[in-house]
Amino acid sequence: MAQDIWVLGTHMTAFGRYPDQDAVDLATTAALGALDDGGVTISDMDLLSCGTLFQANAGMGQQVQKQIGQTGIPVYNVSNACATGATALRTVIMAIRAGEADMGLAIGVEQMGKMGLLAGGTRKEKNVYEPSGRYGAVMPIDGILGTDTMPGVFAQAGMEYANDNDGVGFEQFAKVAQKNHAHSTLNPLAQYQKEFSLEEVMGSPMQSYPNTLLMCCPTGDGAAACVLVGEERFATLSREQQSRAVKISASVLTTDPYVESGAMQPDVNTLTRNAAQTAYEQAGVSPEDLSLVELHDCFATAELIHYDNLGLCEPGGAGDFIDRGAPWRDGDTPVNVSGGLISKGHPIGATGVANVYEVATHLRGEAGDRQIEGANVGLAHVIGLGSSCGVHILEKSGIS
Amino acid sequence: MQIPLVDYLVLGDEPYLQANECTNCGARFFGRRNACAHCGHREFKPVRVSDTGTLRTFSIVYRAAPTIPTPYVSAIVLTDDGTSVRSNLINIEPDPAKITLGMKVKLDTYVVGTDDDGQEAVAFGYAPV
Repeated sequence: MAQDIWVLGTHMTAFGRYPDQDAVDLATTAALGALDDGGVTISDMDLLSCGTLFQANAGMGQQVQKQIGQTGIPVYNVSNACATGATALRTVIMAIRAGEADMGLAIGVEQMGKMGLLAGGTRKEKNVYEPSGRYGAVMPIDGILGTDTMPGVFAQAGMEYANDNDGVGFEQFAKVAQKNHAHSTLNPLAQYQKEFSLEEVMGSPMQSYPNTLLMCCPTGDGAAACVLVGEERFATLSREQQSRAVKISASVLTTDPYVESGAMQPDVNTLTRNAAQTAYEQAGVSPEDLSLVELHDCFATAELIHYDNLGLCEPGGAGDFIDRGAPWRDGDTPVNVSGGLISKGHPIGATGVANVYEVATHLRGEAGDRQIEGANVGLAHVIGLGSSCGVHILEKSGIS
Repeated sequence: MQIPLVDYLVLGDEPYLQANECTNCGARFFGRRNACAHCGHREFKPVRVSDTGTLRTFSIVYRAAPTIPTPYVSAIVLTDDGTSVRSNLINIEPDPAKITLGMKVKLDTYVVGTDDDGQEAVAFGYAPV
């Protein structure tokens, strides 16, 4: 087995809107914060990986170097839809496991501003119809042959689960968002920190049934970073550094294997199930062992089906799981105590690193008002349509 | 003069959808293929897809790009011969109380636009049976 990897330092900016800063500022804040938190400097880093989606061709990692230290180390700029941040982490992890680095810096950043609805084309009719593209379409098909929009695609993923399982409907999906908004009131880093009643969630403007506005994540800006270190170098660090470090006991990235319906409706389930199963095996833990979970609630419908995909509930039991309050912060398995993407925010490239920041902060016992007491194992999950799924399982240091 | 919205819609007296079926594993795909996503095989044959099926999942879309009329019902239909198709539900109110998961539906076509040469684009959707 390859050597253990540890999160030595981590930091995230509050998520929100930063009209007076650019993505380089945000990434730099996260990077310097993570270095300081780990008690190391840019000179200790053997490589840097930087994830961003909408500025994927901007050489973001090198732009950050220009601000924090051009030491000549290799930079990998990565992009993998909403799994971009997890991919940046894994790039550093793989380099350490391969023996090419002892210590590295992973950054995720995104500046989206108010982009509004993602995906879904505008319909601009040609003056003369001519078939083009892989489907020989004479005009964009979004809105004629189903939907390309994210609220709709994930609504359909949730309604498919409702089709297959009893006790799942609009109200169960809405309860997910009610929970995450409530959780976010304890997180000063969350983009929104406002509680809503179930009636308010269900009564807010419908985007794509059953997802109302309050059941959809916002666009926004933010960054997060982690300093990662392999066990050989870890052994040379101070007692204080070691005791605050968090062990990465599983790191997995999957893509969606073929399923019959996959070309028509993205399958967000199988790759999540595959990633979770591999991660639980790598870490030697089971879902019941998890003190907290940060999962990819881009929409309320998505969170509900991932209870099942990650094995947090009985097969088919996601509706009952939310009905009995199991994923609330005082429930069986606290899910998205940060507020989740729905209320903490979802600056895409940052999300997969920020989830690890959140779990690590609880395992260190440093999460303030939102601390899950006694947290010792946590799971961070992201999924990017296309698709990619990243799962990381983290464990408390155990060194005091 | 009519032209199908997409090339896998075959127009005629009884319009139907045509899939490319892998000659090795039977996986079906719409549109141009390079190889099979299931088994990697490179040969396909055109097959006629059943025009009846059941509603597998749906969403009622209220928010879309400005030029797209809303609300509309986006759906995934599982045809009676086991092929998933993405389309809209048509001839139905966009009301969750009127739409039942698993309901029987049937392929239908309609004119979705006309170009400057008077050529009509024909789209398909699924209507309740």
